[in-house]
Amino acid sequence: MTPKNRWPWQKYALMALPVGFLAVFYAYPLIGIFQYSFNRAENGVFNTIIAALSSGYTWKVIGFSFYQAALSTLLTLALGLPGAFVLARFQFRGKSLLQALTAIPFVMPTLVVAAAFNALSGPRGWLNLGLMELFSLDQPPLQLENSLAAILLAHIFYNTTIVLRSVGEFWGHLDPRLEQAGRTLGASPSQTFWRITLPLLAPAIAAAALLVFMFNFTSFGVILILGGPGFANLEVEIYNQTNGLFNLPLAAVLALIQLICTLGFSLAYSFLSAGLNRPLAQKPISYTQSRPASWKSKLLVGCLVALMLGFFTLPLVSLAARSVVQLENERGRRGLVEPTFTLRFYEEILASTNRAAAYGSPYRAVLYSGGYALATTALALLLGLPTAWVLAGSPNSTPARLLDTLLLLPLGTSAVTLGLGFILTLNKPPLDLRASPILIPLAHTLVALPFVVRSLTPALRSIRPRMRQAAAILGAAPLQVFRLIDLPLISRAVIAAAAFAFTISLGEFGASALISRPEYPTIPVLIYRFLGQPGALNYGLAMALSTLLMVVCGGAMLAIERLRVGTEREF
Amino acid sequence: MKHLRLLLLLIMLAAISACSPSTTAAPDPIATPSGPRKLTIMTHASFAISDPVKAAFEQQYNAQVEILRAGDAGEELNKAILAKGQPLADVYYGLDNTLLSRALAEDIFETYNAPALAQVPVEFKLDPTNRALPVDYGDVCLNYDVDFFKSKNLPPPASLEDLLLPEYKDLLVVQNPATSSPGLAFLLTTIAHFGADNYLTYWQGLVDNGVKVVNSWEVAYYTEYTRAGGARPIVVSYSSSPAFELLYANPPLSEPPTAAVTAPGTCFRQIEFVGILKGTTNIDLAQKWVDFMLSTAFQADMPLQMFVFPVLPGVTLEEAFTKFLVNPTQTASLDPQQITSNRQVWLQAWTETVLR
Repeated sequence: MTPKNRWPWQKYALMALPVGFLAVFYAYPLIGIFQYSFNRAENGVFNTIIAALSSGYTWKVIGFSFYQAALSTLLTLALGLPGAFVLARFQFRGKSLLQALTAIPFVMPTLVVAAAFNALSGPRGWLNLGLMELFSLDQPPLQLENSLAAILLAHIFYNTTIVLRSVGEFWGHLDPRLEQAGRTLGASPSQTFWRITLPLLAPAIAAAALLVFMFNFTSFGVILILGGPGFANLEVEIYNQTNGLFNLPLAAVLALIQLICTLGFSLAYSFLSAGLNRPLAQKPISYTQSRPASWKSKLLVGCLVALMLGFFTLPLVSLAARSVVQLENERGRRGLVEPTFTLRFYEEILASTNRAAAYGSPYRAVLYSGGYALATTALALLLGLPTAWVLAGSPNSTPARLLDTLLLLPLGTSAVTLGLGFILTLNKPPLDLRASPILIPLAHTLVALPFVVRSLTPALRSIRPRMRQAAAILGAAPLQVFRLIDLPLISRAVIAAAAFAFTISLGEFGASALISRPEYPTIPVLIYRFLGQPGALNYGLAMALSTLLMVVCGGAMLAIERLRVGTEREF
Repeated sequence: MKHLRLLLLLIMLAAISACSPSTTAAPDPIATPSGPRKLTIMTHASFAISDPVKAAFEQQYNAQVEILRAGDAGEELNKAILAKGQPLADVYYGLDNTLLSRALAEDIFETYNAPALAQVPVEFKLDPTNRALPVDYGDVCLNYDVDFFKSKNLPPPASLEDLLLPEYKDLLVVQNPATSSPGLAFLLTTIAHFGADNYLTYWQGLVDNGVKVVNSWEVAYYTEYTRAGGARPIVVSYSSSPAFELLYANPPLSEPPTAAVTAPGTCFRQIEFVGILKGTTNIDLAQKWVDFMLSTAFQADMPLQMFVFPVLPGVTLEEAFTKFLVNPTQTASLDPQQITSNRQVWLQAWTETVLR
């Protein structure tokens, strides 16, 4: 591409923006906290690392991190791949709704997902209440809480969308004539699948699996809340060692191990997704997809869609149902009450009374969350646009690869470690941000940036260089080219990326819980506070806020889906 | 195109305006002559104070009190230690006796010989240097569901050893000591009772007898406990829980539906402390706040706000407390210094024995 050799310094200047951001708000606090932790090691850094690595317990934790992540990833693929097939090869009514629905969990705070599963299958969830009523049992028959099964279910719930999106997208553009040629030459459907489709899909599947694995590997809330005290992966153990045991040196060693693993995963991921860019005979979806015609395909599509609908809607619907039904008694009163329909939890949110000043007003939390999300969106776009532009222009250059890998690192960094790093290092003017609300959009941007860049880069890449060249020949300056050619062409992708950043910020919990100012809580932080308080009103408020969050996230995901369809038509 | 730029600009403006109102991070050192002085109190998540009581302090000293909740007690201390010298607040409240000597060793507090200390019983004054001043206490004890044991015709447990008996199989729920302070208190009770060499054997016995471990007091008390619809009639809670059950009962009850086991050595006394953070520029006002926490007004406000009890003698309590609060005659005792130096080892060993 043209920009490659003509003005590399501009490119480096653009890269300085995201790199500088990461250096100040990621690397600096992280190095600070590592240094501090290791300085406190009584026997020196080296012995601390050796001691940690020779402890069977450390290896148990590492082993469990890999074990649960691998198992979760396999199960996610088991649901996601058939789903991706249906989405890739068939057109049917409500498809974008289904796609939006499956994406909602991805941006929901763990706490809410835990609450959703609890509302469905917890001791007093709908399933158990129903079964107890049906068979007149006095104990709930389903015991999912604090089990490996609960962890796995939640991970599938969270991450299936990654497989559906990335594999489904790739599959949808795969030229069906390759398979048809195989069939014409006498291969059976299964032979065609194993010998032609699967090898072609392999890089896409591997990339998706790796990303899912990485998210599961560093999972925090799911393992802490749904898994309960019996389970700990690296991320949870870092939290335990830091807050419960004050063993900062060991926490730092574990954080380093996790960081190294994440670095490995993201390097592999960048490598694999670069492989996806190799020119394959891609076709627009209007060419590859059809309505299910035969009864066989109708049955297949019907079953798979029903399965996904059930799996993704049941917990979300149970959650919404709990926000309008009162099941529990008021604080201090015991036993269950007859389920009654009520809107008082929503009225309570709107009332904006300063109910229990200690826990904050829900109405104001909605406003604060919106503010943080807007700031995150602005910052993430500001940093993401130049980053994506550089990445799109030179996909295979080493600095671009490095930048790509670097962007993913914050996703694999313990929020506890980074949060303490903020307190330790951002303590001097002009960067005395320790207790400032600005920290929240900054932290959210670290999380949202890789997603923003990933939604923008393909769109920028799809712009034919000749259009840029033509503009340049006609006398447009580089910035003008970007403004007049690139930006209008990617405006849909920009809006989709903005929606992504917005929802990620709305739903983020881990970092917010650590650094949010108590008087400016975000919605998830407030949900957490309400869930920790007894009584029907607090629980109902938590459910109502969760439902609101879910609706907003769902709306944003639907918008992204619509906008994505738009860009695909131009394919 | 133009619209997009306008949109971006608007978003950024909105973002900036959304963030600007409260960027002041550190406590404001300079008091403007007209406005009130700001005093920041760092606390744990369960801190609570009733509005009139707080307003009275603010009015008396022309101050604006800001409460900075910094997570659970462990998280709070971590943050205070990391911010040593450039404190996040002026006053630190919520340090308990399991964390006391660690905070003292880190030297994050100023000494303050508050006049009110003279009235506080000596058993609460664990820091002879008066850097950490006692404010309140609570006793962590086993609680049981009275009706459950009545209906099963089973005597409630009376000692720690009882919990190993087959008739109490699958009846106990406790909290993870690494994530919950009553959980840690109960672990320390067993260490004080059985000794550092034998407590793990006891815990292995509890595991064999079906003990359930959950992460927080809320989950244990409001989900697992039979009184809340769970399946466990014995729970680690506070000696004051039965009185609170009565206070909040609706319709009113004449007797608490639960009871605490207060046999000698089965309860652990948690004492919470306040300290003035080194590096504060509001030391005079901070001292006033500490005096205020040790005044009758604040001490009488605490029980219903935070479920803890005043260290100041002679504070009037609700009738439910005077009638139904059973104070353990002899609580488990462990030297705070010993807790600090062994905490990590004990917790790690406990985790490996009980959880994994």
